[in-house]
Amino acid sequence: MRVEYRPEELIVFEDVSKFYGEILGVNRINLTIEPGITSLVGPNGSGKTTLMNLMTGLIQPTRGEIRLLGIAPTDPEQLFRRVGYCGQFDSFPRGVTGYQFVNSFLRVHGYEKRQAEEKAWQAIERVDLVEAASRKVAGYSKGMRQRIRLAQSIAHEPQVMILDEPLNGLDPMARAETIRIFRELAREGMHLIISSHILHEVDTMSDRVVLINNGYILAEGGVTGVREEIEDHPMQVMIRCNLPRELAARVFAAPHVVEAQLHPDRQGLFVKTTDPDEFFLMMNRLAIESSVVIESVTPVDDDLAAVYHYLIGSSGGGEV
Amino acid sequence: MIFAKIKTSLIGLTSVDRASLSLWRCQILAILRIELSKNFWGRRAMLLYLLALVPVVILFLLAIVDPDGASDISRDWNSSQQAFVNIFDALILRSVVFFGSTWIFMNLFRGEVVDRSLHYYFLAPLRREVLVAAKYIAGMVAAAVLFSFSTLGSIFFLYYARGYPANIDFLLDGGGWQQILAYEAITLLACLGYGAIFMFIGLFFRNPIIPGLVVYGWEWINFLLPPLLKKISIIHYLESHLPIPVDEGPFATIVAPTAVWISVPSLLIFTGLVLTLTAIRIRRMEIRYGME
Ligand SMILES: Nc1ncnc2c1ncn2[C@@H]1O[C@H](COP(=O)(O)OP(=O)(O)O)[C@@H](O)[C@H]1O
Ligand SMILES: [Mg+2]
Repeated sequence: MRVEYRPEELIVFEDVSKFYGEILGVNRINLTIEPGITSLVGPNGSGKTTLMNLMTGLIQPTRGEIRLLGIAPTDPEQLFRRVGYCGQFDSFPRGVTGYQFVNSFLRVHGYEKRQAEEKAWQAIERVDLVEAASRKVAGYSKGMRQRIRLAQSIAHEPQVMILDEPLNGLDPMARAETIRIFRELAREGMHLIISSHILHEVDTMSDRVVLINNGYILAEGGVTGVREEIEDHPMQVMIRCNLPRELAARVFAAPHVVEAQLHPDRQGLFVKTTDPDEFFLMMNRLAIESSVVIESVTPVDDDLAAVYHYLIGSSGGGEV
Repeated sequence: MIFAKIKTSLIGLTSVDRASLSLWRCQILAILRIELSKNFWGRRAMLLYLLALVPVVILFLLAIVDPDGASDISRDWNSSQQAFVNIFDALILRSVVFFGSTWIFMNLFRGEVVDRSLHYYFLAPLRREVLVAAKYIAGMVAAAVLFSFSTLGSIFFLYYARGYPANIDFLLDGGGWQQILAYEAITLLACLGYGAIFMFIGLFFRNPIIPGLVVYGWEWINFLLPPLLKKISIIHYLESHLPIPVDEGPFATIVAPTAVWISVPSLLIFTGLVLTLTAIRIRRMEIRYGME
C-alpha cells in the first residue's frame, strides 16, 4: 500500500531544466522525493550536483519549479531552518578551527550564544571530532574535513539533509563510519538525499534510488525495482575478434545472452546480454581458454544498460 | 467585529515584523563577528594596516623627526595648516582611503568566491539582503576604524609639533576641535562613498582593475572638470567640507562648495542605491566558483 504524502512533506521538481550557457546541466526533470533515504546515482557529469544546487538555491533553474516541503529555494530564510546541505566543495572560511566553523554559522542562523555552543558540540560529537575541534581545519585530513562539514550542515537539526557524494574519497573505515551516522540520522527521522556515482555504495541503505545520466532521469523507485528494471533491459556489447562465427556460437550458449549477431564486416559481433557481470566474466574465461583472439569488448551506447554497467563498477573492464 | 479582526491581524503583522527585525539584528551581529575578525586578523588585513600607517608615519617624519619641519610648524601655524589640508586631501582621502576602500569593499564578496566559502552564507536561513547589509556594515566598521586612525594619528603629530601650550589653546579656543571633527567626518564620508562604489564595481565587473583605475583618474582630474561633471564624484563633496579650502591650482574650475545638507544626503542616497543594486545582484547570484 502506498502512503499518500502532502506537498509539505515532499521535494518536488516540476519540469525543471538547467543550462549553463550552452551546456546542459539537467533537462526536463519531473521528480518527487518522498521522506526516507533517497540516493541519487549517476556517473560523473550526469547532473547530480546540479540537481542538489537547484534544490538549495545555489543555482536557479532555467525553466521549471522546485519546492522543498512546500518552500521555494529562493526563500533561504524559511528553507534552511528545515534543510541542510553538505555540498561537494572541500573549502572553508579562512583560518577557522573546527569548532569556530560550526559555531559561527549557528550564530548566523540566529541562535543565542549558549544554544549555538550546545548545538555545535552536539554535532561535533556526533561526527566524533571533539578532540580535533579546537585545531584549525586547514590541518585536517580529507576525512576529517568531510566530517566537520557534515557536522556544520546537521548542527541545526534539519528535517531534510542533502549530501553530495559524501562517501567520495573516504577510506573504507571512514566510509563505514559515515554510513553508520547516516543510518542513525535516518532512524531519528531525518530525510536524507545522498548522491553517489557508485550504486552498490548506497543502495543497501536507501529506501529509493533515482538513476540519472546526461541530465536525464533514467529510472526511479525502490532499490530492488530499479535493479530489476535495469537487469531486464539487456546490454548491447560489440566484440572485435578474429573468429566471430566461432565466438558467436560459444557465447550464445550462455543463458544470459539473448542475441548474437555478426558484424557486417565479419571482424566482430554484437551481443545482447541481460547480465553484464556474468557476461564479462565469461569473456575473460573465453579469452584465456579458447583459440579466439579477442581484440576489444565495448558496450554499445545504450543509455540505461551502459549507465548500469558503469554504476555497478563491473570488473569486466569495458570502457563506457 | 471586523475591526477587531483587522486589529488582531495588524498586531500579528507587527509582531512578525518585530520577530524578523530581531532575527536580522542577531544575524547581522553574527556575520559582523565573522567578517570583522577576517578584516582585522586575516592575512588580507596586513596590507590595510600598512596603508593606514602611511600618513601617520609621514606626519611623524615631517613634524617630529625633521627639525626644520618641526620649527616651521611652531613658527607658521597658518601655512602648516594649509599644508596639512593638502596632505589630508592628496594622501589620506585620495590615496589611503581610496585604495583601502578598494581593497576592503571589492573583496567583500569576491574574497569568498576566491576562497570558495561564500556558499556557507547562502546555505544559512539568511536573507541575502541581510547578508549584503551585514557585509557592508562590516566593511564600513573596518574602514572607519582604520582610516580614522590615519586621520587622527596624523593630526596628533601636527599638533604635537605646534608645541605646548599653543596646541591646546588652539584645540580648545582656536577652532581646533571643530576642525578635527570635520576631518574625521570627511574621512567617514569618504569610506561611505568609496565603499559603495567599490562594492558595486567588485560585483558587476569581472575584472575590477580597469573600472577602478577609471574612478581613480576621474577623481584626480575632478578639479579640471566643468561644474556639472564635477558634482558627479565623491571627492567634490568631500572637499566641499574641508575646514580650510584646498588649493586646486591655477587650472581648476571654480565651483561653489556644495552645502552639507545637500552633500551628505546625496552620499547617503547614493549608498542606499548601490546597496539596493547589490542586494538584487546577490539575490540572483549563483554559486559556481568558475569551475566544472
Ligand atoms: N558551472 C558550470 N559551468 C558549466 N557547466 C557545468 C557547470 N557545472 C556543471 N556543468 C555541467 O553540467 C553537467 C552536470 O554536472 P554536475 O551536475 O556537476 O554532475 P555530477 O555532479 O553528476 O558529476 C556536466 O556536463 C557539467 O560539465
Ligand atoms: Mg557532482
